[in-house]
Amino acid sequence: MDVDNDKTFKVSAIKNGTVIDRIPPQSLFKVIEILGLDRTDHQITFGTNFDSKHLGKKAIIKITDSFFEDRDIDRISLIAPEAKLNIIKDYKVVEKRQVSIPRQIRGIARCFNPKCITNQQQMETRFTTKIERGGISLVCHYCEKITATKNLQIISKSRTYPIDF
Amino acid sequence: MPKSLISIHDLSKEEILHILHTASAFEREPDSSLLRHKVIATLFFEPSTRTRLSFETAANRLSARIIGFTDSGSTSVTKGESIKDTIKTVSNYADLIVIRHPLEGSARYASEVSSVPVINAGDGANQHPSQTLLDMYSILKTQQSLDGLQLTLVGDLKYGRTVHSLLQAMSLFSTRFTFVSPPELAMPLEYKQFLQHRNLSYKESKDLLPHIPEADILYITRVQAERFSEPMEYEKVKNVYSLTASMLHPCKPNLKILHPLPRVNEIALDVDNTPQAYYFEQARNGIYTRMAIMAYLLGLT
Repeated sequence: MDVDNDKTFKVSAIKNGTVIDRIPPQSLFKVIEILGLDRTDHQITFGTNFDSKHLGKKAIIKITDSFFEDRDIDRISLIAPEAKLNIIKDYKVVEKRQVSIPRQIRGIARCFNPKCITNQQQMETRFTTKIERGGISLVCHYCEKITATKNLQIISKSRTYPIDF
Repeated sequence: MPKSLISIHDLSKEEILHILHTASAFEREPDSSLLRHKVIATLFFEPSTRTRLSFETAANRLSARIIGFTDSGSTSVTKGESIKDTIKTVSNYADLIVIRHPLEGSARYASEVSSVPVINAGDGANQHPSQTLLDMYSILKTQQSLDGLQLTLVGDLKYGRTVHSLLQAMSLFSTRFTFVSPPELAMPLEYKQFLQHRNLSYKESKDLLPHIPEADILYITRVQAERFSEPMEYEKVKNVYSLTASMLHPCKPNLKILHPLPRVNEIALDVDNTPQAYYFEQARNGIYTRMAIMAYLLGLT
């Protein structure tokens, strides 16, 4: 058992569900929002500012009886690129999944360019990801402008689109 | 999805050369019946008279028929119709759509919902690939080759989409670049890095005069007052990049001056009568280039 897992148990073990580990503390509430955990009926525990070998400080979320699709995991990869998912069945880790940044992403982030068509019409955004020293940047498939990490806005599941004209 | 022309990156070097050679054939024989049974739609969601007339002339020269609108004020857009619905509808009527729209990325989106080829005639500050191709046709025609030329770009190099697209397309032909602009409007870093990745050399300068003798092509763009936060800053630079006929001594015998038009005061009227002035012929070349683009996208060349 490595150091990270040892810390995980401080937040109380779950019988069945998902543990999301190695979340940067500043992204914790964003991850909760993106995964729609603020509207779930399942039990959730989360903790933040744990010591982490990898990140310095990290946050952890445990969700009882919930399992996630790859598409949802892609959503958090933009703000928690090193996140690790442990799938728990009967108190045991049955599967570990590493979040990976997909080359193409659809409908997860918003283009920062206000004159981009995707901010004016009811349509899905599309980007190519570019990993640079400063983090991840997104090249818009439509307006070709680059959205840098510091301008990154994630589209939450409850998002409504503005109507054009 | 049918083949569309949205961004200059959509074309390979071979496709660019194919279109330019077809343009040359159309210039020798400008009246053609190649598109006799075709309907071309020109959808201008914002007015651009010069570009629209150029496309419509090209379509007419190819014997196509034309439908469309010249600004969105008289269309269902004012009732809140989405771009998608407009394009879906028109692609039932026409064989090819030319679109001009103020929003960036609109033409790419149109090409994804259209069942016929789409040509981007300008999407905001993003792309205007037929302009790039007509610039390249003008360069090819006046220099006999696109390879290894000295291309000097002058004026607003920061916001000017024409210079960015031209830089990217000409980088396929071992071009040497010189960027002449006020520091406020210098070529953005991403384009300089783009050239470095391709091992192409470039120079940067605030002064135009020392770079005229070495140039094969002087590509001049307008410095717009609205790009400056301080009106005084604009007043300081606006005449610095104004080209006059006396500045063209000495120059290379093959030097040509290009400008995407409209011109204001960046090229003095006395330049018009020099053998180097080429901007009005450049506009005419737009007709042959756009004929070639339409014919290519319709699979007829």
